Amino acid sequence: MMRSLWIAKTGMEAQQTQLDNISHNLANVATNGYKRSHAVFEDLIYQNLRQAGANSTEQTTLPTGLQVGLGVRPVATARIYTQGNLQQTSNNLDLAIKGDGFFQIQMPDGTTAYTRDGSFQLNANGQMVTSNGYTVLPGITIPQNAQSLTIGNDGTVSVTLPGQAAVQTVGQIQLANFVNPAGLDPKGQNLFAETASSGTPNTGAPNNNGMGALQQGFVETSNVNVVEELVQMIQTQRAYELNSKAVQTSDQMLQKLAQI
Amino acid sequence: MDRMIYLSMAGAKAAMQRQDVLSHNLANVTTNGFRAELQAFRAVPVRGDGASTRAFSLETTIGYNDAPGALTPTGRNLDVAMQGNAWLAVQSNDGTEAYTRAGSLDVNAEGLLVMRNGMPVLGDGGPINIPQNSEVAIGSDGTISAKQPNQKPTTVGRLKLVTPETTAQLTRGDDGLFRAADGDLPADQTARLQDGALEGSNVSPVETMVAMIAAGRQFEQQMKLLQLAQTQGQQSAKLLGST
Repeated sequence: MMRSLWIAKTGMEAQQTQLDNISHNLANVATNGYKRSHAVFEDLIYQNLRQAGANSTEQTTLPTGLQVGLGVRPVATARIYTQGNLQQTSNNLDLAIKGDGFFQIQMPDGTTAYTRDGSFQLNANGQMVTSNGYTVLPGITIPQNAQSLTIGNDGTVSVTLPGQAAVQTVGQIQLANFVNPAGLDPKGQNLFAETASSGTPNTGAPNNNGMGALQQGFVETSNVNVVEELVQMIQTQRAYELNSKAVQTSDQMLQKLAQI
Repeated sequence: MDRMIYLSMAGAKAAMQRQDVLSHNLANVTTNGFRAELQAFRAVPVRGDGASTRAFSLETTIGYNDAPGALTPTGRNLDVAMQGNAWLAVQSNDGTEAYTRAGSLDVNAEGLLVMRNGMPVLGDGGPINIPQNSEVAIGSDGTISAKQPNQKPTTVGRLKLVTPETTAQLTRGDDGLFRAADGDLPADQTARLQDGALEGSNVSPVETMVAMIAAGRQFEQQMKLLQLAQTQGQQSAKLLGST
């Protein structure tokens, strides 16, 4: 009936999507290894109700046309993979990545997932697992009687055993990196999965060949910037309000029309 | 009387179309690199005997507002904001070269530098390939350098930036991208961009809201005139009927 009603609706819907993203970011402000994301918008197609340059008579052409765009839509949620802060925990199974790369996690269904959250634990068998109990790849088992555990910044896991002077290497943590990390599919539980757009993972030892270095006793905090989110929230709310005003004005026009 | 009804109908229709254009601008108040659509009413006089007092109004869109939008620093290495009146060249879905101010770029699975909606960005020699596993930096003249681990950065291409002449604006296509009237524009070597920042929309909420109120009131006036025409018609019918 009236385009502007529906156009303003697309605007309200887009701002709502943005607010959903902001809320999700703020909810995860204290989640280890969380990467913030925002909605990105693009304008919808345009309708040429009158083409500029069309003939108005045989000799004359229209100097200007009438082009009406049909609103806006969210085109992507852009995840921003900047480094979060490193927070000291002094837990010797906590690992933070300084730089690029993801830990590889073995999922129960046999697939591999990727995470930046390095707060690991040991399970009943002495294996390194995530807080959800999924094994870290390649599997690393810490002997039960190990006295101290050191993880170097190149991913070497070494322990000292009672009665032995020399440290013993029990494993090597490997990181994975992607051409386009922004294309990874977030699975929840701080995990990401590979997609066609992320490309295939390149694995390698930390602190080598472009991979970030590991830091034992630290975790990477969320990279959400609260101030930025709040400013974005104000902007989103006002833009939503303006679009609702456009709906209101269109409604009033239709009301006047119905009254005659 | 008939003339009056059709004249105010045309006026109301034009006000309604203006509302459509304004709503579209308002819906895109936070769209990166969006250019506000300008609108103008045009008088279309009716020529002929006894018709000299009649002029219909038509709503027209006369182009886009080329004022720059506000810059937001994002700190992301693939976000660029064009300075001045420079535009970024991209390859649209029909294969032609088109221009945009939305500089939020990405690398796709094939390693091509693309826009958020997947259209490849054009360099001086076509789409730009980013080597795997490399860190990308974009210089202020659009030069893209990729640094692979343990190697020196290498130049992999340069974004094609164009600057249309002030007298010849670009035209907006149905897909929202802009094109030059007579073929592709040459790359402008002096155009500059700012990396780590995005340009917002250049829609002025104040201007748009005021224009919206004005269009709403104008519509109301047309409705009043229609009502007037109706009562006049009734009155004259009464007079003619009573004789």
